[in-house]
Amino acid sequence: MNNAPILIELKDVFFTYHQRTVLKNVNLTVRQNDYIAIIGPNGGGKTTLLKLILGLLKPDSGSIVVQGKAPQKASHIIGYVPQEVYNKRHFPISVVDIVQMGAFSPKKHLFRSRKKSKQKAIEILHRLNMSEFVRAHMRSLSGGQCQRVYIARALMTDPEILLLDEPTTGIDSRGQVEFYHLLESLNKTLTIVMVSHDMMAISRHVKSIACVNRSVYYHEQTEISETTIQSMYPDETRDECPIELIAHGMPHRVLQHHEH
Amino acid sequence: MIEALQYEFMQHALIAGLFASVICSIMGSLAIVNRIVFLSGGIAHAAYGGIGLSIFMGWPLLVGTIGFSIATAILMAVIALNNKERSDAIIGVIWATGMACGIVFVDMTPGYQVDLMSYLFGSILTVPQTDLIVMGGITCLICIFISLFYDQLLAMSYDEEFAKVRGIYVKSLYFSMITLLAVTIVLVIQVVGLILVIALLTIPAYMMEQYANSLFQMMIGAIVLGCLFTTVGLFVAFELNVSAGASIILVAGIAFFVNIVFSKQA
Repeated sequence: MNNAPILIELKDVFFTYHQRTVLKNVNLTVRQNDYIAIIGPNGGGKTTLLKLILGLLKPDSGSIVVQGKAPQKASHIIGYVPQEVYNKRHFPISVVDIVQMGAFSPKKHLFRSRKKSKQKAIEILHRLNMSEFVRAHMRSLSGGQCQRVYIARALMTDPEILLLDEPTTGIDSRGQVEFYHLLESLNKTLTIVMVSHDMMAISRHVKSIACVNRSVYYHEQTEISETTIQSMYPDETRDECPIELIAHGMPHRVLQHHEH
Repeated sequence: MIEALQYEFMQHALIAGLFASVICSIMGSLAIVNRIVFLSGGIAHAAYGGIGLSIFMGWPLLVGTIGFSIATAILMAVIALNNKERSDAIIGVIWATGMACGIVFVDMTPGYQVDLMSYLFGSILTVPQTDLIVMGGITCLICIFISLFYDQLLAMSYDEEFAKVRGIYVKSLYFSMITLLAVTIVLVIQVVGLILVIALLTIPAYMMEQYANSLFQMMIGAIVLGCLFTTVGLFVAFELNVSAGASIILVAGIAFFVNIVFSKQA
């Protein structure tokens, strides 16, 4: 068992939207230095789970605790990287201004130092190999570079956890490889929780997997190396995976069977 | 030009035009980056309902119209927020209904023959001094609002969800913005009329968007362009003896298309 300190804990969480149960009886524990991929079918509740952790939604019942605090009070602990929104490409804003947005705090608004946060934004961009784009406009950046800008923005509060929503959407395959390398290096000091819409391909650096389909099933680090040939996606009729995985060489991961 | 400025009505017209340019450019920049230009069109047309209601009830015109417009603007924004996919259709309904209300109210007012054209195309040459004072006050108010909440407005406009996570009260900020937008629109209707208010909101700000490196630059650049358009338009109207409101918008429109041609070539 993993004994690392617990960062996020969801206990018996239920959430309904328009009388439809989106999440039921969710228990999930995120420990320090984990690298979790949240996977599951569309409409299975992945984004809802994310919004609950961020405090944008409140559960109907159950509790969510982020480092001993309510999610709304712990927003600086979680660095949020939302899904790429393409219609914002023409927004008149430079890279460094977007990154600075990450340090925003309504309470400190009047007293905080603009210069200091700008300095920090430039440092973080430098760390992510984005120095040459500090003054650039988003429309001149590639998908992978944009994603780095959003990660830089999320790092402005010195978070413990990085929460990413489908980060590789719209990034070409080479960019994705670079992107996953970046996440791997960030994972040395940060805990990563990543929602992935890609059902089949998950970075090999991922340490554990949470399957979300109304309920949540957590596959731990140790289990992933087991070679039980079972599936993770329930079919309507048989509760089994409708998709076959074709891979070159060794299939990387096979998860234990579970029911939602 | 100097000769034209000797007339008091031209001085008033110029001041009104410059105030209108400043507030339209600031709020227009926000409207464009928040993609609520269509909502602004809805506010402008529904405002005619407020004009009609004020005439019918015998209320002071500016106060009645601003009140009515804020109410319809918030109504549209609430419905649009709760029904994002169909917000355009709902705004269209309120747009038309508001305007029809205005016409019926005016018809029902005994002995009152309102000149509809003056509300459609504005009456910049007859702006009274009290309206100038009100416009100056609102211009100050909007500038204060922007300087206090610039960072929040920027974060909300760029990424609403991230702004919420960072603890910004997005909803109250959004409705404050809509309220100021409604006030701006009603004031500018007096100057260039309700048909043309959208042009002054969108043309300068949209022209600047592609050159600006920040929302602040977009606002400042739009103010410069807006002031230029109103001044040139006003003197063209004076020299050629044509409608001032339409002349201002034509100048802006020509600049807009010239800019498109040149930026395509570059």
